[in-house]
Amino acid sequence: MISPEEIKKTVTKALPVTVIETQDLTGGGDHWQLIIVSPAFEGKGLIEQHRMVNEALKEPMGDQRIHALSLKTYSPAQWEKLGS
Amino acid sequence: MAEDIKDRIDEKVKNNKIMLYMKGTPDFPQCGFSAHTVEILKSYGFPFATEDVLADPTVRDGIKRYSNWPTIPQVYIDGKFVGGCDILHELHERGELEPMLKSAFGK
Repeated sequence: MISPEEIKKTVTKALPVTVIETQDLTGGGDHWQLIIVSPAFEGKGLIEQHRMVNEALKEPMGDQRIHALSLKTYSPAQWEKLGS
Repeated sequence: MAEDIKDRIDEKVKNNKIMLYMKGTPDFPQCGFSAHTVEILKSYGFPFATEDVLADPTVRDGIKRYSNWPTIPQVYIDGKFVGGCDILHELHERGELEPMLKSAFGK
């Protein structure tokens, strides 16, 4: 398991992030859903955006501290359009 | 990565318009993400092939290397890696999945 603070710290170290929200899906601390907004996602496809996050979280995913990860990624423009 | 497993995956991905690598089978998915992916694909009515990665550790490991993608399920449409459950869900919601599938089936 991993703490939300640790996830946020690890992601923001690798990516410029304007919004990051974590949700523990099971309460067990190892199934996470993340919403991430980053200017680095601008002009990139979903696969590429998710790859960037997977890459940032490679360590905790590799050692199973994160067992399942669900991602929602947006560029700031896309996020704006969602009206959030 | 061993050549034979890469060839095995290559063949399935290229010979099936929609190829889904999942945990379990469409009737008995063994993971919520795989189940949801099956549900989305079924809703379009196009035929899709699946392989259960739990039945073969070589495939389970091989498919992650093949696409350089760390998780399962994995969906391939028209020979191309499209993503996992989240991306398929997002494309479905945005209405971008249907044209992809139609074009794969030449419609």
